[in-house]
Amino acid sequence: MTNLIPASAIGTAYERLDGELKVTGTAPYAYEQPVERPLHLYPVLSTIARGTVERVDTAEAEAVPGVLTVLTPETAPRLADTSDRELAVLQDSTVGYRGQIVAAVLAETPETARQAADLVRVRYAAEPFSAHLRADDPALYAPEELNAGTPTDSSQGDVEAAFETAALTIEQTYSTPAEHNNPLEPHATVAQWDGTLLTLWDSTQGVHAVKGTLAQVLGLEEEQVRVIAPHVGGGFGSKGMPHVHVVMAALAAQCTEGRPVKFPVSRQHMYSLTSHRTPTIQRIRLGAADDGRLTAMSLDIVEHTSRIKEFAEQTPAPFRMMYASPNRRTTTRLAPLDIPVPSWMRAPGECPGMFGPEVAMDELAAAAGLDPIELRRRNEPETDPETGKPWSSRHLMECFDLGAERFGWDRRVTRPRSVQEDGWLVGMGTASAVYPFMRQPSNTARISYEQDGIYSVQIGAADIGTGAWTALTQIAADALRVPIDRVRLGIGDTRFPAASVAGGSSGTASWGGTIIAAAHAFRADHGEHPSPGAATEADAPEDPEAQDFALYSFGAHFAEVRISADTGEIRVPRMLGVFSPGRIINPRTARSQFLGGMTMGLGMALHEQSILDPRFGIFVNHDLAEYHIPTSADVLDMDAVWIEDVDEHAGPLGARGIGEIGIVGSAAAIANAAYNASGIRVRDLPLTPDKFLA
Amino acid sequence: MEAEITLQVDGIPRTLTLDTRTTVLDALRDRLGVTSPKKGCDHGQCGACTVLLDGRRANSCLTLAVAHDGADITTAEGLAGRTPDGGLHPVQRAFLEHDGFQCGYCTPGQVCSAAGIIEEAAAGHPSGATGNLQTEGGIELTDAEIRERMSGNLCRCGAYANIVAAVRQAAEAAEERRGGAADPGQPAVVDSPTAASMPAHPEERP
Repeated sequence: MTNLIPASAIGTAYERLDGELKVTGTAPYAYEQPVERPLHLYPVLSTIARGTVERVDTAEAEAVPGVLTVLTPETAPRLADTSDRELAVLQDSTVGYRGQIVAAVLAETPETARQAADLVRVRYAAEPFSAHLRADDPALYAPEELNAGTPTDSSQGDVEAAFETAALTIEQTYSTPAEHNNPLEPHATVAQWDGTLLTLWDSTQGVHAVKGTLAQVLGLEEEQVRVIAPHVGGGFGSKGMPHVHVVMAALAAQCTEGRPVKFPVSRQHMYSLTSHRTPTIQRIRLGAADDGRLTAMSLDIVEHTSRIKEFAEQTPAPFRMMYASPNRRTTTRLAPLDIPVPSWMRAPGECPGMFGPEVAMDELAAAAGLDPIELRRRNEPETDPETGKPWSSRHLMECFDLGAERFGWDRRVTRPRSVQEDGWLVGMGTASAVYPFMRQPSNTARISYEQDGIYSVQIGAADIGTGAWTALTQIAADALRVPIDRVRLGIGDTRFPAASVAGGSSGTASWGGTIIAAAHAFRADHGEHPSPGAATEADAPEDPEAQDFALYSFGAHFAEVRISADTGEIRVPRMLGVFSPGRIINPRTARSQFLGGMTMGLGMALHEQSILDPRFGIFVNHDLAEYHIPTSADVLDMDAVWIEDVDEHAGPLGARGIGEIGIVGSAAAIANAAYNASGIRVRDLPLTPDKFLA
Repeated sequence: MEAEITLQVDGIPRTLTLDTRTTVLDALRDRLGVTSPKKGCDHGQCGACTVLLDGRRANSCLTLAVAHDGADITTAEGLAGRTPDGGLHPVQRAFLEHDGFQCGYCTPGQVCSAAGIIEEAAAGHPSGATGNLQTEGGIELTDAEIRERMSGNLCRCGAYANIVAAVRQAAEAAEERRGGAADPGQPAVVDSPTAASMPAHPEERP
């Protein structure tokens, strides 16, 4: 147990400290960092899904005035470590997916680079490939473990026997499509060598992660790599680990005699080069007694991965801890396909993993004749069902109760397709949300007292829109017991001490907890009246007692849906999220995090799907005109509120992270509302109009 | 092929020789170092590159610079500092108060778009959400109007609820400054595009 830091700046709704830079457009993102005489890179992507490059004819491209060179598998510099096949760009002639980099043009202007790339001729030897996810694929295999160290399978009790004898049963298959993160700032890297030192201005969720990976791949000492990213235009996971373009830019910059290379990945190219969320097929069985109490639950998941690099999303994770049942089982199998490499997208695991199960719970509520909230109340587990650990803070039902009152849940008509207004079928739905508390090791913060009476607080963290610039300043101010204008924060640069990636909703707790440790160490070393130049570094504090608890944030989503009885058009006039996230550092930016997650959940429910054509192995809808995300016109009355609770096991901040829980369960709430409105149960996302025209 | 053109960027004349394939957006970002407008898609699908081009909002990635010799371009950076007190544009102030952004990448485009729609509505330009197309004078920026008119500006962080609140506040303030009713003759902000400067609606052009 840790003592929570007293709050003064913490809990105050400051406007974003980087806000003025953002609203004027003067915050420099990766591509915009000023560099001298840059060269521009444009890649040539493979047009086959599997095979080898037999020949690359660069003559015509190199004849274009302004072209410096065309890099091919034959001419590109060698990497030191090619074991990560996603990153081993231009190291051999094999093609592992359609849209892979097979050549790259370096030219004086972006226009010239692109023109020349179009003139590069590539001859391939194509091989048979597979790009079709099927639940009965004979190549399905069990990965060693899932993302975040999650066990692949789990089993307790006897699901089969309990299911056979259950009074109520639900047995259905649910599916979620592939999705693309699509941060508004496309991935971009600017690379420059100065002798043996490499500087990367990169759009990344973790400068130190990029430094470590690039040093490894290029065979450098970590001290030879500097990564800079003060402002990042969103990431949602796709900028969590460096993708191939970062290596490509660094490699190309070896051929320019010190001139910097700019590689802005185009929106279209992001669909193959910078990762996506795997589609999931979720076979669910729920068995329950007459009163709705679960006696058996099983979830069998099939996902895809790329044959060249495995990513196994931890989709069953929330199913294992959400509700009580003595008999429970999960399995996860992967189909290895010749496709681009999947990776993290906002709430990997929890986000798709709370779609099928939360719709299934709605189906069970209907079968039991219970209100969906009452069903969840009856299945509240006293301890974590899988581990038996006590909850550090489980306030799921308080979220439902507050939400029900605010949303007017009592006006919901239980029988589906009962309410019709002006040709619109109207309904309400709800679903649970959950996200685990994660605090990352490998964090260090440095605090120094400057000549001008300012405390300089440095940690190589990232603000990808989360509000870290502001929240970490607030935390540092309270930890040092000074006003926030006495704190100068430094993040987004590997010159600052090591910091974990902005992911897993862990940033504020991980970096903030480390800043608090450093502040305490600084005061212990230098007292309340330090001399200019006084400095202290400290590592992330350990909290071994946290291992003894199940630490999660919870929430409840409510949605109202209207479906045109004639056209199937579906609208979501109201959404409310109620969350129990521990302590809130900045209410203004926190609300934006919740609303942002819910908005992305609205997109997941209604719009988003990356369509992989199995005939070509290509995501066919690879731009924002065809991959639809929510627009202003889609978001109507949406609000998020929270119940603050004191979690003494969630570090000295008591903040469990808020970046992802908003998306978890939101699509299920909308699908459940759509059922209540229309009587049509849609089990595969997204909820497009055709599915309501049965 | 190259051409020499002059662009009036945020009030400063900038003469440059450029490849005729260069878009206004790339001319600003790559040639002039004006990086306030952002490149999110390069296909006119996201709106991050929105600027005020001769007083009207435009996707600067969709139009070639050579076609705009002599044009006046206002970016979000240029909108700031043009209020009587030299501070942020009221739209920008409202975005800060309502936290109408997270990562900030779409924000300069949102801000230019918002400044644009306030004047478009005052000038009586209808949108898909406008009920009565025969109304004389300005159109009230209801939430439905704001959402419709701002839907060309995507925000992946999902700040729409706050963006609409910010634009509503800025629109109400602009209307107040005009004295209650929308009046094209009273520009809300110095050098902001005005209803009077708006070219006629395409369907009304001769």
